Amino acid sequence: MTGRRFTRLALAASMLAAWSAAGQAQQVRDDEAVARGKAKYEHTCAPCHGRGAGDDGRVMLPGTAALAIKYRGELPPALEDRQGLTADTIRAFVRNGSFSMPPFRPTELTDREIDDIAAYLAVSSSAAAAGSQR
Amino acid sequence: MAILPPGVDAGRFAAAIRRFEEIVGPEWVFTSDEDLHPYRDHFSYLKDQPNEPIPSAAVGPDRVEQVQDIVRAANEFRIPLYAISTGKNFAYGGPAPNVRGSVTVDLKRMNRVLEVDDKRHFALVEPGVSYIDLYDYIQERGLKVWIDTPDPGWGSPVGNALDHGIGYTLGFYRDHFGAHCGMEVVLPNGELMRTGMGAMPSAKTWQEYRHGYGPDPAGLFAQGNFGIVTKMGFRLMPQPEHWRNGLITVPKRRDLIPLIETVNYMTDLFMIGEPWYGSPLRQLMGNTEFREAAGRFDEEEMDRQAAAARLHSWQVELQFYGSERTTLANWEYAKELVARAVPQARFTDGESLPVPLTKEQIHETTGPYPTNMRRNVTQGVPGLGIWYMTGRSEMNPNAWDETHVGLFSAVPRSGEGVLEAQQVFARIARDLEIPSFNNALGTPVNWYQFTFLMGAGFGIPRDYTPEGKKRAADILRRILEENAKHGYGDYRAPPILQDDVADQYSFNDHVLRRFHETLKNAIDPNGVVSPGRGGIWPAAYSSFRGALRG
Repeated sequence: MTGRRFTRLALAASMLAAWSAAGQAQQVRDDEAVARGKAKYEHTCAPCHGRGAGDDGRVMLPGTAALAIKYRGELPPALEDRQGLTADTIRAFVRNGSFSMPPFRPTELTDREIDDIAAYLAVSSSAAAAGSQR
Repeated sequence: MAILPPGVDAGRFAAAIRRFEEIVGPEWVFTSDEDLHPYRDHFSYLKDQPNEPIPSAAVGPDRVEQVQDIVRAANEFRIPLYAISTGKNFAYGGPAPNVRGSVTVDLKRMNRVLEVDDKRHFALVEPGVSYIDLYDYIQERGLKVWIDTPDPGWGSPVGNALDHGIGYTLGFYRDHFGAHCGMEVVLPNGELMRTGMGAMPSAKTWQEYRHGYGPDPAGLFAQGNFGIVTKMGFRLMPQPEHWRNGLITVPKRRDLIPLIETVNYMTDLFMIGEPWYGSPLRQLMGNTEFREAAGRFDEEEMDRQAAAARLHSWQVELQFYGSERTTLANWEYAKELVARAVPQARFTDGESLPVPLTKEQIHETTGPYPTNMRRNVTQGVPGLGIWYMTGRSEMNPNAWDETHVGLFSAVPRSGEGVLEAQQVFARIARDLEIPSFNNALGTPVNWYQFTFLMGAGFGIPRDYTPEGKKRAADILRRILEENAKHGYGDYRAPPILQDDVADQYSFNDHVLRRFHETLKNAIDPNGVVSPGRGGIWPAAYSSFRGALRG
């Protein structure tokens, strides 16, 4: 191995390590966003849009039930099962409201928290889709 | 759609906005239409109308010193403010102000649970804390206290109490303002005041002795505009060991009188939780013959048809908190008391469960008898399940309740009072030529321990055009007027009806309102804190009285 070749290899190795470190750091940031999004979703969205049963014998929670009526099986009614919900789409519904869902203010849900929720829903819906294909 | 505060030009408004930005940071001052949209009432009767009460800006402080500075700036620039906590007072105006162009002081970021004590049974919270937040805080720490939640539970204990909101557990706790103990308030001049023992700097009993010394002004801050509440203490119910319920039915229409009298006795002995009244005869309303008899209030015929259908006329579901033995003893005593008053009464044992109930037990609906009771709230568990009533349904898949509003009047807490109110509501509906549902079977809600509130079964037309909404709002005002003629006063109202409701409390030439407004003008000479709230108008904004009627 010549000295020049060794240098090139060492450079490539260090770049790979840097990319790997950057990738890991990005992954950590993504994981943290998903975790934050999950916590915020469960606190703010799931009481209406969750997968669980409604109270008083109702099959679904109100937001989930309303979307089941709207989509009639064409799309999953629970947001955690719904693919393709971008942060911008979620933001439009959150800030404007829809039917009896009132709009939410930035003091309740910041734009960054909406981004986090979108990150969580992307993961949860992918997992749901993978689960349904098995 | 730039809206300015009344009487404020663009230059002064811009200067005020810059000051607000200095106080809370520019990211927490909102002025664009997009950002202000969530500060409108989603269920407004005035949506998109020239007099819709839309704020000119919103400002979101996260600590009390910022609230003080905002109030001082509002005085300097003569800007009307409107304070909200979590902004979820839907059916009563949501986050929208009384005066179009007000600056909304959004307290949601002040969301700290400052203390929960499960030995002395109290909490101290900021306005941005929701019932769900407080419940989660208690559960995460395994504290042995319950909250008393309204339904739905996304609102704020502070905001709900300050609009005389209610809950569903034991009587003392159901009256959320009544269960408060001590508050901190930013006065209209920016000074900070504490009520009760909070006025004594060294006191360790702020949440234990509400009265302090001297006149207690706390009541002024509920449905009023004498300051901005920034902390509030609440008494909490200790977590009981056991819960039990049971159903009582009585056969005849007039049996409602001794039934209510007996249940009142139990209530006022602090023996039972909230009693849930109803009528098994609702299932006969699909029968034309019965419906016509009910429409005529033909009691003899209704009793005859009830007997023929082997149905009782009235029911009440009782619930008991305590130990297994004490709840059983109280249920047995309840049966004994009612049997003495109505010998033909029937009793059905409900469920007997250790507390806390599991999620499955809370959602269980296949108990020993059909129930109207929402069990989560009787267990102090907040949720949003009840919101289904405002949204899409199989019957109306493309519609929602766009003018969701609450209208409940205080009626005498007696069987005679209820039977009379039913007839009054039916007459009002007939006079206004609007449909009337189930009025002969209407029953009260006993949210407040010592009060019956009744919501009449009126069919307000669901025409959501601007003209239709105006007609509906006019009908609501007529109902309020007619109710008042019979002494039935509304307990809570959205801004569009607050002047109308306040008008009904008119004893001695409106001396109560004149007293409030004299106080208001004395402590808030510029009228900057929530002008018009509760029908209390400071001199500076008196021309706005009734502006939301048009």
